Amino acid sequence: MARMKFLCDADRCIECNACVTACKNEHEVPWGINRRRVVTLNDGKPGERSISMACMHCTDAPCAAVCPVNVFYTTADAVVLHSKDLCIGCGYCFYACPFGAPQYPKVGNFGSRGKMDKCTFCAGGPDADGSKEEFEKYGANRLAEGKLPLCAEMCSTKSLLAGDGDVIAQIYKERVSKRGYGSGAWGWQTAYRESIAT
Amino acid sequence: MAKLVAHMRLIAGALALAFIVAISAPVSAQQPSMVNPTADAVKEQQLLQQLKMIQGRVTIPDEKSSVLVHPAGREWRQFHTVTLKWIGGISIIGMLVVLVLFYLWRGPMRVKSGYSGINILRFDVLERFVHWLTAVTFVILGITGLNITFGRAVLLPWMGPEAFSAWSEWAKYAHNFLSFGFTLGVLLMFVMWIGRNLPTAVDVQWLKQGGGMFDKTDSTHAPAYKFNAGQKILFWVIVFSSAAMIISGFMLMFPFYSGLTVGNMELAEIFHAVVGVLFVALILGHIYLGTVGMEGAFGAMADGNVDLNWAKEHHSLWAKEEIQADKVKGGAMRPAE
Repeated sequence: MARMKFLCDADRCIECNACVTACKNEHEVPWGINRRRVVTLNDGKPGERSISMACMHCTDAPCAAVCPVNVFYTTADAVVLHSKDLCIGCGYCFYACPFGAPQYPKVGNFGSRGKMDKCTFCAGGPDADGSKEEFEKYGANRLAEGKLPLCAEMCSTKSLLAGDGDVIAQIYKERVSKRGYGSGAWGWQTAYRESIAT
Repeated sequence: MAKLVAHMRLIAGALALAFIVAISAPVSAQQPSMVNPTADAVKEQQLLQQLKMIQGRVTIPDEKSSVLVHPAGREWRQFHTVTLKWIGGISIIGMLVVLVLFYLWRGPMRVKSGYSGINILRFDVLERFVHWLTAVTFVILGITGLNITFGRAVLLPWMGPEAFSAWSEWAKYAHNFLSFGFTLGVLLMFVMWIGRNLPTAVDVQWLKQGGGMFDKTDSTHAPAYKFNAGQKILFWVIVFSSAAMIISGFMLMFPFYSGLTVGNMELAEIFHAVVGVLFVALILGHIYLGTVGMEGAFGAMADGNVDLNWAKEHHSLWAKEEIQADKVKGGAMRPAE
């Protein structure tokens, strides 16, 4: 089985936000929820870089460790998913997440945040693959259809890569050796405890 | 001739153009090998080492989403899943063990001179109402709070995921909304009892004698007004712990309100959880002394009355005050034990 990962090549990202739009459209994500976002560092200054970030589907995921009701599970493809039927909306996964991935439909009035929502690596949730319930709760299940996440598929500069960790790491390495520079795989050290040697 | 001049001019122009192109061409040709676009670019490891987190700018209104990487979540996770469980387990189970051992060694504190059959009003209706408002909300807050930390390990395996989630969701709502009742109770208690809980000279003697708690013959009694030194300490610890719980609790209930960062939220949770488990352990001791630990004490918070002899033994100065104020009116007869 593959070990699914995201990799954003910051030297290619042009902050077009197409990944964000693709994600919102594909999963019909409600207003105010951003499963994916583009963060720009040093905005307007020399050395500016943009990085598209969503759930990194961590190894030994912190969200799963701190969840008081144990709603998270890791699929055979190493995708971290959760059950909205069991989520109590306590918000602890957001405190533990190094990437700010968990999202809540309501803004904490008296702690009622609603069911947590996050990037599913386009792999749905615990409901039956491709079912109406699954789509309403978690969005499309592209992985079950043999497709990769839409954000990466639609990336105009192919900055955002999604797929088996070894394969995308190889693609990135080849790019770096060909063009002679690379600012690294952002978030990998934190998420997977390993980086790509370039 | 004129044609030749025109040709010459054209050739000279072409040469001049060629010259300009020739001197400028090497500059543009060198660019890819001379300029490294990542040389002055931000670097992840450097940012993480310097700032412990990486923050940038986003185009969406959600300000907290501008944090790109925040590895401190891992330290908070370590606290929540390991450290907190040890602190909570040791303090709460430790307190229960101490209380059981103390009971086995000491037994309940008796009224040495026996019941007089004369009642004296210790807590009026308002005092009892405020006490029980605080007490009932505290117990529910304590149980539902411990559920968040220990429920997954203790209850989930035998309740099953669906039942445990349903219970935990209700527990969360109870925890959030009953906090207002608790806050009100503590505020009223503070206003109502602060006058009686300021330290006085007799407290020193009480503390020296350990309140007579360790005298198995029940004959050591330090003089005390309505509240003895132990109760005063309890009062102030409750006031400050509650203030800590209320402030950190409201921060957690209104997450990210007015610029609170994820780091602030983690700190609030750590504070809330540590003070919370210690608070629960403390109140277990209070419940012990108010029920099985001391004979004749529970009536004070039940119908408000205590026996006159109990009052004379445990709160001699207060009993004297009440007798002088002519507040002891015989009361309902109680069978002597």
